[in-house]
Amino acid sequence: MTIHLKMFAILRERSGAAEAELQLPEGADVSQAVAEAGRRFPKMLDLLPRAAVAVNLDYAQRQVVLHDGDELALIPPVSGG
Amino acid sequence: MNGHDDLIALQSASIDVGKIIAAIAEAQAGAIATFLGTTRCDADPDGRMLMALDYQAYEQMALAQMRRFAEAARQKWPIRRLAIVHRIGKVEIGQPSVLVAVSTPHRSEAFDACRFLIDSIKAEATIWKKELWADGRQTWVHPPQHSSKE
Repeated sequence: MTIHLKMFAILRERSGAAEAELQLPEGADVSQAVAEAGRRFPKMLDLLPRAAVAVNLDYAQRQVVLHDGDELALIPPVSGG
Repeated sequence: MNGHDDLIALQSASIDVGKIIAAIAEAQAGAIATFLGTTRCDADPDGRMLMALDYQAYEQMALAQMRRFAEAARQKWPIRRLAIVHRIGKVEIGQPSVLVAVSTPHRSEAFDACRFLIDSIKAEATIWKKELWADGRQTWVHPPQHSSKE
């Protein structure tokens, strides 16, 4: 299945990409997607443990199961305001 | 979209404070509380000055979050009108980067709702700032944990 990956702030800078498509086996969860994102963009690997994840615009835990076409965003600690 | 005419926006244009406050004034509201976050002057340990901040947002999610915060505030306080406006892109030092304004019948609920909204935004909204320094360096600001400090 295909997951639409989005990256922001320091993660976007490290990966050199704002978005990417990840190919994952059916039934893969958020943690597998994050691991795959780290393999694709190893320069952001050390930052991934501190990143939160959102699936389809909501914060999601690592064990949440993904579905084809989901949008998964890697969210470094926020600093708005 | 919620059922209210809340003004919730991310914008690269500067924030027109007077216009927004006028827009949330209402005959049934005896109080308007406004929080304005402004970009703070700073220097690094070597004395180099901060020139500006550059805000990036996961816009779709940040807007959805702000609408949820607004709904949560409306559950708790008798809000008449409400505005949340956050800048994206470059903001010079001393300029407003975020505005929260709430009109309610009485002042205590206006203060409480306004505080709840800005605290929620700072803790959770998917917005990031990058510091642009006088010597050309650029550093992303990522607090040690997702938190509502500052």
